Amino acid sequence: MPFFKADHLVMRFGGLVAVNDFNLELQPGDLVGLIGPNGAGKTTVFNMITGVYRPTSGRIYFQDKDITGKRPDIITALGIARTFQNIRLFTDLSLIENVMVSYHVRLKSNIFEAVFKLPRYMRQENAMYEEAMELLHKVELDHLAEEKAGSLPYGEQRRLEIARALATHPKLLLLDEPAAGMNPNETLQLMDFIKQIRDEFDLTILLIEHDMKVVMGICERIWVLDYGKTIAVGTPSEIQNNPEVIKAYLGEEEYA
Amino acid sequence: MRKEKLYLRYLLTLISIVILFLIIWWADGHLDNYYKRVLTVSGIYIILGVSLNLINGITGIFSLGHAGFMGLGAYTAALLTMSVAQKQMTFFIEPLISPLDKISIPFLPALLIGGVVAAFFGLLIGIPTLRLGGDYLAIATLGFGEIIVVVFNNTINITNGALGLKGLSPYTNLWWTYGWAVFTVFFITRLVNSSYGRALKAIRENEVAAQAMGVNIFYHKVLAFIVGAFFAGIGGGLLAHLLTTINPVAFNFFLTFNILIVIVIGGLGSITGSVIAGFFFPILLEWLRFIEAPMDVFGIHIPGIPGMRMVVFSLLLLIVMIFYQRGLMGRSEFSWDFIIKRFVKD
Repeated sequence: MPFFKADHLVMRFGGLVAVNDFNLELQPGDLVGLIGPNGAGKTTVFNMITGVYRPTSGRIYFQDKDITGKRPDIITALGIARTFQNIRLFTDLSLIENVMVSYHVRLKSNIFEAVFKLPRYMRQENAMYEEAMELLHKVELDHLAEEKAGSLPYGEQRRLEIARALATHPKLLLLDEPAAGMNPNETLQLMDFIKQIRDEFDLTILLIEHDMKVVMGICERIWVLDYGKTIAVGTPSEIQNNPEVIKAYLGEEEYA
Repeated sequence: MRKEKLYLRYLLTLISIVILFLIIWWADGHLDNYYKRVLTVSGIYIILGVSLNLINGITGIFSLGHAGFMGLGAYTAALLTMSVAQKQMTFFIEPLISPLDKISIPFLPALLIGGVVAAFFGLLIGIPTLRLGGDYLAIATLGFGEIIVVVFNNTINITNGALGLKGLSPYTNLWWTYGWAVFTVFFITRLVNSSYGRALKAIRENEVAAQAMGVNIFYHKVLAFIVGAFFAGIGGGLLAHLLTTINPVAFNFFLTFNILIVIVIGGLGSITGSVIAGFFFPILLEWLRFIEAPMDVFGIHIPGIPGMRMVVFSLLLLIVMIFYQRGLMGRSEFSWDFIIKRFVKD
């Protein structure tokens, strides 16, 4: 059994087939890209994996467990974390609080221990704080820990979202367009950062990205979707020369 | 950075609580009954405002069932404290069911049981309705509030129907009310600032993201609902033993509406705001009574118009909402750090 496997996933919304027969296998430590034109069904794949949508048919396996259709928070607890295409931070909470929310799932104290600040809770709370601070330090946002997340500039919001996802202790990290809205310099930093967190946290990473420089630069294998169908799978160089992919992105050549 | 001046903050909190109770001690001995009564109602509104704010402001669930939970707490506590003789006198249409007719217990346990009953109904109501979102949830909880009133009216052998319960012992005084108010504020503030509170606020900010970060949305919404309902039940019990007579209509939507005004004026999500607005709301309502008296303005005689104060009150509300869209406090909280910083700088 592979580390992660999506087996013949189909997602239908009424008459629209958003994803058709999607198959994906990941080994631990993989860094895989998922690309395709707008509306190809990439984010729908993410939503199925993380439990936001229940696939119309097909199964998803993660670490020998069938996780098809489980609740998102349960899937997160099992070790799959994600970021969002349109950033979804807790804008009115501080940076440190944003990250600390992710530790809540592992809190062992009950509500009374928390309210009366009993020793066991305080130990966990302090440990959460230290760990969250360390994560913020890694994404170079620790000096802004007490600021509201909504006040951050775009690029930093993306970094905070990744930090928040890392705080759930994932084994598989799904990044939905991490480089969107970043300038070339920020994008370069992001590419280094993604490789760095993969090694440091022993992650397997699946990412959706439109910026081909990012995808071709860091992904070892690439899946290409178009109209819900997987049209190509391969290494960056194979994908770049694949006629199907070129057709999907640029359209078919017309002969006059 | 986080721990510095922790003891100073505890000390300041302790000192202010001591000062508060000194004021209450003074008020208890020197003010006449009318003022004491208004201040007691203020304390109850603090409890109600803060508890509803936990549900509506912190967790972002728009609940309109608070008066229903208060009613449950009020009736439960009242039925438990009434003496056996009083119960026989009150229930002359249909006798009270056994074993309630033989029970008479002290005020504190009765209040607590009232709170627990309200919390239990919070759980019961929460499980089906909290799966709904936004406006649908508001309507469902509104429905609950109305159903409770109908139930109170028709379960004559428990609630004495529309006649209500009379002759409750006037246990509620400034001490009881402000004791509970301090505990409510303490409990809910601590809860909001804990890991649980962060999860609740995360749900308010972005439900999808909160769930993706591992927060069990449904569990935490129900939790907030139960805690809010418990303190509403306590508030109801206190109110019952202040008024000494309760009937079903007292717990209809208008009561929820008043509490809603308190939390919106104070600022949805600000406990400090609810405390301030909760304290001044009943005082303002009483103070505005002079408007309803006959008076002469610039030689024009205006006869007393009953209900006029509500018109003025609504105008005041409008003005506040125009100038402070997010309520008086927004989502800010009072903090010692702010005050300490001021003094340290100078």
